[in-house]
Amino acid sequence: MPPRSEGPEVVPISGDDDVVRVRQLVRTYAQQTKLSLVDQTKLVTAASELARNTLIYGGGGFARVEEVSDGRRAGVRASFHDEGPGIPDLTLALADGWSSGSGLGLGLSGARRLVDEFELDTEVGRGTVVTVVKWKR
Amino acid sequence: MTADAGRAQSLTDLMRTEAEPLIGKWVDAVAALLRGRQTRSELERDFREFYAALLPLVGNDGRDVSGPEFGDIRSLLDEYSRARVRAGFTPSETASSLFSLKRVIFDLTENSDDPQFYRQQRAFSGLLDALGLLTFESYAQARDEIIREQSEQLLELTTPVVKIWEGVLAVPLVGTLDSARTQVVMEKLLEALVETGSEHAIIDITGVFAVDTQVAQHLLKTVVAARLMGAECIVSGIRPQIAQTIVALGIEFGDIVTKASLADALRHALRREGVDVVRSRAV
Amino acid sequence: MERVPILKIGGVLLVSIQIDLHDQSVLALQEDLAEKISATGAHGVIIDISAVEIVDSFIGRMFATIASISRLFDADTVVVGMRPAVAITLVELGLTLGGVRTALDLERGMKILGQLGRGRDA
Repeated sequence: MPPRSEGPEVVPISGDDDVVRVRQLVRTYAQQTKLSLVDQTKLVTAASELARNTLIYGGGGFARVEEVSDGRRAGVRASFHDEGPGIPDLTLALADGWSSGSGLGLGLSGARRLVDEFELDTEVGRGTVVTVVKWKR
Repeated sequence: MTADAGRAQSLTDLMRTEAEPLIGKWVDAVAALLRGRQTRSELERDFREFYAALLPLVGNDGRDVSGPEFGDIRSLLDEYSRARVRAGFTPSETASSLFSLKRVIFDLTENSDDPQFYRQQRAFSGLLDALGLLTFESYAQARDEIIREQSEQLLELTTPVVKIWEGVLAVPLVGTLDSARTQVVMEKLLEALVETGSEHAIIDITGVFAVDTQVAQHLLKTVVAARLMGAECIVSGIRPQIAQTIVALGIEFGDIVTKASLADALRHALRREGVDVVRSRAV
Repeated sequence: MERVPILKIGGVLLVSIQIDLHDQSVLALQEDLAEKISATGAHGVIIDISAVEIVDSFIGRMFATIASISRLFDADTVVVGMRPAVAITLVELGLTLGGVRTALDLERGMKILGQLGRGRDA
């Protein structure tokens, strides 16, 4: 069975307001998919971190949110696209950076812990795409 | 190939003209098999539907029952098998309902020596076998669903969050803790803290026999989450083996309050709540 | 951008967050609070987040920052009303609030500030 996708929605990320808009959109999808309250909160929080990364480190871009299904369960997929400088050192970017005070560290590594699937596609000088999925338990 | 015009009779025709007696015998056979656990009229109602859905399929050998022409019979059998699971019938009894039709039809046609008729019968037999297997699958699926439902219900039953004092909640955990269960319990506990306005929660694991890294992590995270909410968790009743596991796994319990027994934990919580427990007279 | 109102009750400043926080609102709140504490000489700050549905690292860091600012003015900070789902998420995210005090609700938050205040006077 091909994965069922329902109405992917795209939001530009070019300012502060957009980070809030992405959060609200992801929450709508998470509620629609009937994720548990805790899972909704985790996904929206991850989306907030990633949208802010797109804005601050990627110089803006867009987010794409959609409902997905793997045949057995439903889920929500959100991806964050930018055409910024890319991430030269992935290991460093994914390390926990909270204690050192760098925002990027906790953003990526924290977001990864909050979702079921996490994919990072980056090329120096070309941009970054981060895709996350949260499945219904 | 053309058969003798006088004796030529397709299985379909036979089943059509002999429908009433065939259904009657089929019901008899299955009713005997089930020894009265289902009434004749119930069986008759089901079998009449099956029979009607089977008729257009005669001639098909059932090699591929996933086709659209099988839609009706598939959904009938699925429903039938599911009802059987709930009613406590075995999978063999369920599948036998179909197999019994074979015997009934063969009894009627055993004297025929028409080869074409024989081929039709053989195909029909294959069809019933395939459909019998379908009931097995539906049966197994329905049973899986029931088991899943029950384990969810059990989870609710076995993990009560109880208020044991004003401001003190307790969760006595019993049995084997898996990651999913621990997560559910912990969420329930945190919700209950807010609902009851309790600042203390005792997680008693006296009845827990084994703890793995993930479960220990969930326990730890719950304690930290409760602290973020402004409440304190006390873990009580850690068995010696579990204490050893926790140390061996290198899990840091840090500054989490642990007590040997639920009673000690309650005493601690009450003291923190500012409650003094004294005997009413000297003993 | 919406600004979060700051209420003064006795010697306590109450910040009740009722909006979906923009990053700019967070920064503005930090500035407003610093000014207000210094102007009023408040001894405590309560941040009520019972209406807040998510706290990400940016908002989480605000709590720690506000606590540090308050401390410079000899005031204590208590974060009250964090929802269970938010708390679980913060733990998973790996965010600690840097020793910020927390309480289940506003009433208990006030009580904590009262106790801390007494401790300081003694």
